[in-house]
Amino acid sequence: MSTIFELISQFKAIADDPKKAMDDFKKETGKGAVGIMPVYCPEEIVHAAGYLPIGMWGAQGKQISKARTLLPPFACSIMQSVMELQLEGAYDELDAVIFSVPCDTLKCMSQKWKGSAPQIVFTHPQNRKHAQTAANVFCRAEYAHIKEELEDILGVKITKKALQNSIAIYNENRAACREFSDLVAANPGLIKLRDRHAVIKARWFMPKEKHTAMLKELNEAIKAADKAPFNGKKVVVSGITLEPYDVLDIFEENGFAIVWDDLAQEGRNFRQDVEYDEDPLMALAKAWNAFDGCSLATDADKPKGGMLIDALKKYDADAVIVCMMKFCDPEEFDYPILLLQFEEAGVKHIQVEIDQESTSFEQLRTRIQTFAEVL
Amino acid sequence: MDSININEASSKELLGYFQAKLDEEAWEAKKAGKPVCWSASVAPPEFCVAMDIALVYPETHAAGAGARKASMDLLEVADKKGYNIDICSYARTNLGYMELLKQEAMNGEKPELLKTTKAAYVPLPDIVITCNNICNTLLKWYENIAKELNIPCIIIDVPFNHSMPVARHCKEYIADQFRVAIKQLEEFTGRAFDYDKFTKVQEQTQRTVYWWNKIAAYAYRKPSPLNGFDLFNYMALIVCARSRDYGEITFHRFCDELEAKDKAGKYAFGDASTEKHRVTWEGIAVWTFLGATFKGLKAQGSVMTGSCYPGMWSLVYTPGDFESMAEAYTKVYINTCGSNRYEEFYKVVSNSKSDGMVMHLNRSCKLMGLLNNEGGEYVNKKMGIPFVSFDGDQTDPRVFSEAQYLNRVQALSEMMDAQA
Repeated sequence: MSTIFELISQFKAIADDPKKAMDDFKKETGKGAVGIMPVYCPEEIVHAAGYLPIGMWGAQGKQISKARTLLPPFACSIMQSVMELQLEGAYDELDAVIFSVPCDTLKCMSQKWKGSAPQIVFTHPQNRKHAQTAANVFCRAEYAHIKEELEDILGVKITKKALQNSIAIYNENRAACREFSDLVAANPGLIKLRDRHAVIKARWFMPKEKHTAMLKELNEAIKAADKAPFNGKKVVVSGITLEPYDVLDIFEENGFAIVWDDLAQEGRNFRQDVEYDEDPLMALAKAWNAFDGCSLATDADKPKGGMLIDALKKYDADAVIVCMMKFCDPEEFDYPILLLQFEEAGVKHIQVEIDQESTSFEQLRTRIQTFAEVL
Repeated sequence: MDSININEASSKELLGYFQAKLDEEAWEAKKAGKPVCWSASVAPPEFCVAMDIALVYPETHAAGAGARKASMDLLEVADKKGYNIDICSYARTNLGYMELLKQEAMNGEKPELLKTTKAAYVPLPDIVITCNNICNTLLKWYENIAKELNIPCIIIDVPFNHSMPVARHCKEYIADQFRVAIKQLEEFTGRAFDYDKFTKVQEQTQRTVYWWNKIAAYAYRKPSPLNGFDLFNYMALIVCARSRDYGEITFHRFCDELEAKDKAGKYAFGDASTEKHRVTWEGIAVWTFLGATFKGLKAQGSVMTGSCYPGMWSLVYTPGDFESMAEAYTKVYINTCGSNRYEEFYKVVSNSKSDGMVMHLNRSCKLMGLLNNEGGEYVNKKMGIPFVSFDGDQTDPRVFSEAQYLNRVQALSEMMDAQA
């Protein structure tokens, strides 16, 4: 059995070099890759086509220059770096890209794609709770549109059986990710925060069955490991992403361990399974309907605060850190409601600003240090 | 409020009268224990009007507060509640104002700012209705209102049209939501929905929209009897009263006035020689500097003859046909793919015989900002006319710089001169 260190090195190599991961996949299978823009694309459809779905989450600390002429400064940093990468041709080896449009910035981004790969755009329904049946029917039609477009572009047939198989593979991966997150939470201090992030991030760049196999091995290694010494504080984190790595290092330096995440790049993708339905596209549509607690999935009940407070109790955590993606207005809208809910429940919390372009972290370090002292 | 002679009043008098009357009706409903609904500006009002539910429009309220220089104080209230400065300033103005109303309701006493603010005094809602045909921000904003006040939220989700024409499954989804909204209203009011009245309300809406569109068409005449900035003022009634006869009466009167003006040889700035240039304005008005933005153009002899913004209420459909209504509400140009959006923009620029375009890069509105250049370039390619962009915001006065604006519109004027 490989050691924890060896396995994590493998995950990190993949998380930090998506291009190589894609090239390796192409060599191995003779098939290509399809870019997946954030957020919540039913990737299973791409997987069922035999292609590699590959996440497009921008780049950490990337200097933005060309994109400045196409986006104003008040578009979020992920979109700034995605635009920069488009203009650099970084996505031109993809066979297609898929855009979802759950926020106004993404709607606009979907209409200014500068890459050479063919583009597929789809819309998630947002009246999910009151008009559930109609929303599911609409969502299924949008997912069918993705499927048909992919079949045309890639020249493949995506069968019902293949799609059902892919959903099962994805569910298995989700279960492995949940187990990993729980194992890390149960032995804080064993896995570094940047390593936790890399293990989860790697799932964006590799076939899920491979990620699952490696992750299961890692999970076994973690189970076999001794309890690590830990005198820090356990936290629940919420936001779109928790990058660059430097931010995680600052958390680490101040003794924080992440015991549960509510991040659009991480836990929000695997905290629930896709339930079985005879019609696999409808199964995926229903999963979107049942998906709760994300700022990009409309729900006037605003369940996110309650979910974070529940996680805090379940994992015996000390505080919530809200990692606010700068210029992400859907997340920003959720914050005042979270504030009310945290204060009512007596939850300790702090909000930190996340900017993928950041290269200077002194202000953040001071805030986190102060928060650690308060805790 | 003072009554006026509807048959003799000017359109401007009618505008002021009906605006005040709508607020008064909302208060009367509140006092009588009847429900008040806060509504997104391009959400369908037909359902609530058919159910005799009074409507209040937070975007119009916020715009009014901005125009009266009253938004800054309200933005600060929202700021204290944790609303980030990068959030839409209409939402922050409204959520700040709502906080004051909440405090009044809880303490039985008006907070000082509510006593002194120049923003119109409107009642708290008992229910809200939102629609994302002009942005998804309206989903988040109304989620928060409903959650904070613990009231029902009706959502009409009109999915972004990534291809045009509007897909069949899209229309069906929206039409299904109309049926759900009716059920929600029946449960909320405990009354059966009146379908006959609903059809009449739809017919009224179509008459109002007809006259609204007719006003905009006056600016297509050359020279233009209409000063396009007037559309920003009259917009209050196409937003707040399109399903009532208030809008129809006012717009009809305004059309009569414009017709008479045109016949008399009177135009936007005076005689025909005062119309030096014609421009299209893309984006929401800078309400906090409405006068400054208008005067900046006027100083260059530039009449605003085109704008896509007022056209968002060109909601033409067949009464009695849910899918036709669904299509009208979803095909608002900013809810459609780039190719359709730019073509719609081109039609406005071309119909209004514009010589240039002024693009408002609105800090509050990503959907009416992030594709401005693409729209400008599309039209430039087709018509060869120039465009400029300036930084602004609809109701946060801190973003707009008058010097930058004047500089840009002057540059535009020079470019238009060079092309003349």
